Amino acid sequence: MPIELKMPALSPTMEEGTLSRWLVKEGDSVSSGDLLAEIETDKATMEFEAIDDGIVTKLLVAAGTDGVKVGTVIAMIQGEDEDATAAPKSTAPAAALPEASKTVQVVSKSIETPITISKADVQKQSSDDERIKASPLAKRIAAEKGVDLSRVTGSGPNGRIVKEDVEAAARNTPTVTVAHSSPAAAAALSPAPTAGMNTDIPHEVIKLSNMRKTIARRLTESKQQVPHIYLTVDVRLDALLKLRTELNASLEARDIKLSVNDMLIKALALALVQVPKCNVSFAGDIMLQYARADISVAVSVPTGLITPIIADAANKSLSKISTEVGELAARAKEGKLQPHEYQGGTASISNMGMMGIKQFDAVINPPQGMILAVGAGEKRPYIVDDALAIATVMSATGSFDHRAIDGADGAMFMKVFKELVEKPLGLVA
Amino acid sequence: MSNYDLIVLGSGPGGYVAAIRAAQLGLKVAIVERENLGGICLNWGCIPTKALLRSAEIYHYMQHAGDYGLTAANISADIDAVVKRSRGVAKQLNQGVTHLMKKNKITVQIGDGKLLAANTLSVTKDGKTEELTAKNIIIATGARARDLPFAPADGERIWTYRHAMVPPEIPKKLLVIGSGAIGIEFASFYNDMGADVTVVEMLDRIVPVEDADVSAFLEKALTKQGMTIMTGAGVESLKATATGVSASIKGKDGKVVASEFTHCIVAIGIVPNTENIGLEALGVEMDRGFLKTDVNCRTNVPGLWAIGDITAPPWLAHKASHEGVIAAETIAGGHPHAMEPLNIPGCTYCHPQVASVGLTEAKAKEAGYEVKVGNFPFMGNGKAIALGEAEGFIKTVFDAKTGELLGAHMVGAEVTELIQGYTIGKTAELVEADFMHTVFPHPTLSEMMHESVLGAYGKMLHM
Repeated sequence: MPIELKMPALSPTMEEGTLSRWLVKEGDSVSSGDLLAEIETDKATMEFEAIDDGIVTKLLVAAGTDGVKVGTVIAMIQGEDEDATAAPKSTAPAAALPEASKTVQVVSKSIETPITISKADVQKQSSDDERIKASPLAKRIAAEKGVDLSRVTGSGPNGRIVKEDVEAAARNTPTVTVAHSSPAAAAALSPAPTAGMNTDIPHEVIKLSNMRKTIARRLTESKQQVPHIYLTVDVRLDALLKLRTELNASLEARDIKLSVNDMLIKALALALVQVPKCNVSFAGDIMLQYARADISVAVSVPTGLITPIIADAANKSLSKISTEVGELAARAKEGKLQPHEYQGGTASISNMGMMGIKQFDAVINPPQGMILAVGAGEKRPYIVDDALAIATVMSATGSFDHRAIDGADGAMFMKVFKELVEKPLGLVA
Repeated sequence: MSNYDLIVLGSGPGGYVAAIRAAQLGLKVAIVERENLGGICLNWGCIPTKALLRSAEIYHYMQHAGDYGLTAANISADIDAVVKRSRGVAKQLNQGVTHLMKKNKITVQIGDGKLLAANTLSVTKDGKTEELTAKNIIIATGARARDLPFAPADGERIWTYRHAMVPPEIPKKLLVIGSGAIGIEFASFYNDMGADVTVVEMLDRIVPVEDADVSAFLEKALTKQGMTIMTGAGVESLKATATGVSASIKGKDGKVVASEFTHCIVAIGIVPNTENIGLEALGVEMDRGFLKTDVNCRTNVPGLWAIGDITAPPWLAHKASHEGVIAAETIAGGHPHAMEPLNIPGCTYCHPQVASVGLTEAKAKEAGYEVKVGNFPFMGNGKAIALGEAEGFIKTVFDAKTGELLGAHMVGAEVTELIQGYTIGKTAELVEADFMHTVFPHPTLSEMMHESVLGAYGKMLHM
């Protein structure tokens, strides 16, 4: 029997992708593990491997095709010992959907936290097939208030969504549907070029990459749904810079060079562990308080931005963090990160110091509760012991999800962070 | 000194259910009771009154046998026999609880329990004191009748529910002060048994927690049965005499009238049993005399829990039992669902019966809902007419916006057995369409529940 090869869901948020390149052609014999195609998702370019042995009888989607929906049959493989003349089955995407949602469900199971954006996206994807368990009243209120039930966690018997859950969701994320559910909302995010975009100025129309679309959606969601509070501190860096010089001298033999950012990642993680009220995710009528600090590090790549994760950074040595960041950033730039390497994280850090930015406010990366924006370390006039002196100082701004984190807790966090940086021996202890 | 996972103080419908549930979940449980297993509910409340009311009901039917084409001669009530039956019913259930304790291997300690610490309880019986310790203690000591400050019950002429349960005779002329569930049930019982009954209610209508339409209907029905009902009235003074009680009653018009009665039942509310059980020393937080608890029945003192009438209203046996299960499951490490007070039904077993759940029409409007109201009379129901019980109605109140059933209010025959249908609907958050799509069996009184919902949306069939 011919095997239908379907567009895979290579990440939980993936709804469609671009089939960039076929690595096989019709008539090729493939075995499990062989690379079949390169697929560009919303986050990265990934290779698609064969699971079954056989002969590629038909490539149904041409290389370079955009917007191939997850679950669409893209090729047919004939088992090697079977009759190659058997007619291929229907290639309608609809027929493939149940299979696709199965793939998606496997992904969702591997995510432990009850609510993350990726799980919500997964639920959204599969909502066409899966019945959402909600009370009749919850459904009514959801329809009336425009709450997308696929994004609500049920607190009733067997996870059934009840009135209270919908009302809490409506209270907490009043615009929850704007970013996600309706085609109209999608249109609002990517306005048609004709609407208000008519211009005589010479221009080039640039098609959005999948990554750009995801960035647009996520940042819009964050700014619309998450009330940000910004807290800025000035942090003296002299002690940290001195320590870095000393550490790098002793690490030279191992070919490791710590950056200031590596040390700030550790400081951020330690501060999150010390002030757990800031290591949280707000999720409707519950809140997750994480027992571990996984730091998403914003890395600029040619197509946009991606945030590889340093898991459990508080318990990693600076040299380990440095190596990991270097390795992840390199692969990020090649578009080769695996989904688990950039999805998750409990807080983010974004450093624009190298560009000379003095201070900025970063946009929270939901469902994370905070992001730290780091400016340039520069020599500034500084008061030391009531006398004017010169010190190397940077400004750091924490953006906090104010639904989950009170101003005082955010302030305490920034204080702890400042102390960790100014007395940096704690970072190596 | 014996050590337990859980000690329950008080064995009423809250306490004994909590003990059973905890034992089922594998906890080592003791229950401490000063009097009878089953508490007031089984021994002196819900159950024995239902037995009394059943006698009154049958007596009433016999007196009206002619309505059904039957003849019954020489009908009379033997109050001693009626009371004896009621006590027998209570005894049977009390033994049932004893059996349930044994079956679940729950240690029963009869005696006066007193908290020495959050995890230590002393039990005193016949001057002997034993100390028990437990990781958790549930307080379920319930409540007792509130006395009139100027005329405490004496059990002779001035009664509480407890005296009214075991009357030596049928009062000739009975004054009932208070028209809540307890007052109205006894008024109804004694009225059916032939007493000349007067009910005095301070508020402007009887059964004041019920929907105003129910109050008005019930007042008319009871008046028609010969009861005197005075609303907006207060008892200014009450004095027991050798032959009865003298009362000065200030009527709605402000005039004080002196009247003589043979007996008086005081049913003006309850007082929680918080005294002499060691709560004060532990600093347990209270609210208007009742223990403050969270949704899982925890007090502010770690390891100390409280359920039933000693906590916030409604003061109903089924609320206490449900809290008992919630507390026991939480203690055993479970995550039970919190109880929604608006989904707790209330039943009054007067004649005609009253049953309700959720918001009254007035309360719903007060809360800002735009409502749709359905009201179907017993007169339009075949079964009700066949039963010869064509008086009463079923009223439903829906949120016009969402179709949520906000409240249901019933008065008439057997409505206490019907209310569970709406209660399930409310708990499962059904909307009007679900009730409309449900097929109700014919011929039953429950068809009125369907009609009432249809009526709220202008689709009533049989009126």
